[in-house]
Amino acid sequence: MCRAIVGSFKMLGLGLVLVAAFAGNALAETLINGAGATFPYPLYSKWFAEYAKVDPTVKFNYQSIGSGGGIKQITAQTVDFGASDKFLSDDELKAAPGKLLHIPTVMGAVVVTYNLPGVAKDLKLTPEALAGIYLGTITKWNDPQLVAVNKGVSLPDQAIIVVHRSDGSGTTSIFTDYLTSVSPAWAGKVGKGASVNWPIGLGGKGNEGVAGQIKTTRYTIGYLELAYAFENKLPYASLKNKSGKFVEPSIASTSAAAAGAAKSMPADYRVSLVNQAGPGAYPIVGFTWLLVYQEQKDKEKGKKLVEFLNWELKKGQKMAAAILYAPLPENVVRMVEKTVKTIKY
Amino acid sequence: MPEEQSPSWKLEKGIKGDFVFKGLTALFAFSILAILLLMVAEMVLASLPAIRKFGWSFIFDRQWDAVQESFGALAYIWGSVVSSILALLLAAPLSIGTALFVTEIAPKRIGSAIAALVELLAAIPSVIYGLWGILVMAPWLQRTVEPFLIKHFGFLPFFQGAPYGVSMLAAIFIMTIMVVPIITSIAKEVLLAVPQSQKEAAIALGATRWEMLRIAVLPYGKSGIMGAVILGFGRVIGETMAVTMVIGNTPQISLSLLNPAYTMPSVIANEFAEASSKLHSAALMEIGLILLVVTLIINILARFLLWGVSRGPAGGIK
Repeated sequence: MCRAIVGSFKMLGLGLVLVAAFAGNALAETLINGAGATFPYPLYSKWFAEYAKVDPTVKFNYQSIGSGGGIKQITAQTVDFGASDKFLSDDELKAAPGKLLHIPTVMGAVVVTYNLPGVAKDLKLTPEALAGIYLGTITKWNDPQLVAVNKGVSLPDQAIIVVHRSDGSGTTSIFTDYLTSVSPAWAGKVGKGASVNWPIGLGGKGNEGVAGQIKTTRYTIGYLELAYAFENKLPYASLKNKSGKFVEPSIASTSAAAAGAAKSMPADYRVSLVNQAGPGAYPIVGFTWLLVYQEQKDKEKGKKLVEFLNWELKKGQKMAAAILYAPLPENVVRMVEKTVKTIKY
Repeated sequence: MPEEQSPSWKLEKGIKGDFVFKGLTALFAFSILAILLLMVAEMVLASLPAIRKFGWSFIFDRQWDAVQESFGALAYIWGSVVSSILALLLAAPLSIGTALFVTEIAPKRIGSAIAALVELLAAIPSVIYGLWGILVMAPWLQRTVEPFLIKHFGFLPFFQGAPYGVSMLAAIFIMTIMVVPIITSIAKEVLLAVPQSQKEAAIALGATRWEMLRIAVLPYGKSGIMGAVILGFGRVIGETMAVTMVIGNTPQISLSLLNPAYTMPSVIANEFAEASSKLHSAALMEIGLILLVVTLIINILARFLLWGVSRGPAGGIK
C-alpha cells in the first residue's frame, strides 16, 4: 500500500513537471489586458481574433465593462489599455499617473427610431424638433414643427411616447451631446452625460430594452446605436445637419462627419463630432477611443501594443464597415498613425 | 471482547470530534457575519463622499441628476418598497393556496406534478423573465389590462394616466411570478411537516376539510409560512434585471400603478458601470446601503408581526 502511495506521488510529480512545461510555453505569449466601452466590443473582439492569426505570440483580453469602468481601470493601471466612448476631462487626465493618449479607433452613430403606423420610413426631423420632443415641449406627432418638414406624410394626432436608455451608455453620451449642442434649452435644463436627468419619457435598459419598447408600442420615438437599428431593421429618421441638408444615418455619412472635423482636430483627439458641417455629414456621431499611456512600463507589452495599433489602423479599419462600424476617414488615420509613433517603450 | 472495551475510547474521540465540529460550525456562522459586516463597512466607506455632501437630505430628496451631481434617493426607495410589498401581497395568497392545494387537497400525483412545475419556474433566469416581460407581458398590459383598468377603475388614483405597458404594475406582476415558486416550495415543506395526528384529531372532532386546514394545519405552519414570505421579500426587493426591463426606469413618485417607476437595484445596475465621477459612484453605493437598511427594517417589522401572530394558539388545536 505504501508503495502504491509513493508510486502515485511519483506520477503526480511527473504530471506537475508536464504542467509546468506547458505553462512555461504559455508564458512566452504576451498577454495584454484591456477594459472599457461596450459599444465597440464586437469590433474589438473581431480585431483581436484576426490579429491572433497575424501575431500568435500576443493575446488580447478585453472586458467590456463600460467606459466608466475602463477609465477607472486604466487610471489605476490595472489594465494595459482602456477604452471609452467619452473623452476624459482635464481633471480625469490629471488623476492618471502618466500621460494618457486618446487613440480614436472607429466612429459610432446614434439613429433616431420610431413606431408610426403608416410611416415606415422617411420621417424627417429638425434639431429643434428633436430637442423639443425630448424636452417635452412637442407632445403630439402632428405638431406644426413636425408637419412643416414632413410634407406628404400623414402624421397622426397622437401623443408622442418618448423612450430613452436607462443605463449609462456612450450612446446616451453622444445623443445628449448632440441635443446640448443644438438646443440652448436642453443645454441649460439637462446637459450631456452617460446618464442624465430626463425631463420626460420611459427608460429602457440597453439597446434591446429601447428597441423592444419601440417595436411593441405605437407612437413611440427613441434612439439606438446605428448597428443595432440596422441589424434589427428598425425605421430611422433623417436629420437636418448643420449645412441644412436632411441626411440619413449610414456608415458613409458617419465617416463624413469626422472627415469634415479633421481640419480642426485637436492633437489629443478629445473632440465631439456632433453637428459637424458638410453636406453629407450625419449629425449624431462620436469617436470611440482606446486609452494608452505614452510611456509604456513593460517594453514587451508596449511594443506589441503599438504593433497592434498600427495593424488596426491599416487592416482593422477595413473590417469595420462589414459589422456596421464607421471607419476613420483617411486623413484622420494618418494623424493617428503619427500619434501612435509617440508611444515610448 | 474488543467491542466492549472500545466505548471509552470511542467517547473520547467523540468529544474531540464534537469540539472540532462545534468550532467549525461556529467558524462558518461567524464568517458569514464577518462578510456582512465587511460589506457594510466597505459600502459606508465608499459612500462617504455622498453622505458628507448630502447628509439626510439624500433620503428625502427626489432629485437625481448625474450631470449636476445632485442626488436624492426618495423616488428609488419609494419604487422598491411599494413594488415589493404589493408583489408580496399578490404572491403570498397565491403561493399559500398553491401549497395547500398540492399538499392537502389535490390527489398525490397531480399535486406533485404541479409542485414540480412551480419549482421549475424558480430555475428560469431573471433576464428571461425580463425579456418575456418586455416583449409579451408589457404589450398585453398596454393593450388589454391597462385600458380595462383605466375604463372601469380610472376613478381611483391607482389607475390613472396613459397605458404605457412598462410600469409599476408590470414590475409587480413580474416580481409576483418570480417569487411564487420560492414561497410555494417553502410553504409546501412547512405544511408537509404538520403531524398527521393533528389533522386526524381535527377530523375526528367532526371538522370539514376547510375547518381541518383552518384549525389544525395553518396555525401549526403559520410561523414557517411567514418565514417563507419574509424570504420572498428578500428575493423581490433585490430583484434587478427583470424589474429593470419592465419598470420604465423613471424616478418619480406617483400613486398610479400605471406610471413607470424606478427601484434601488435598478438604478445601481443601470448607472454603476458608467458612473465615472466620484460623487456619482458614491451616491450609488449609498443607495446600496439604503437597500440593505430597508431590507433589515422590513425583516425586523415582519419578525415583530410574527411574534404577534405566534402569541395565539401555537401548536394547532387548543
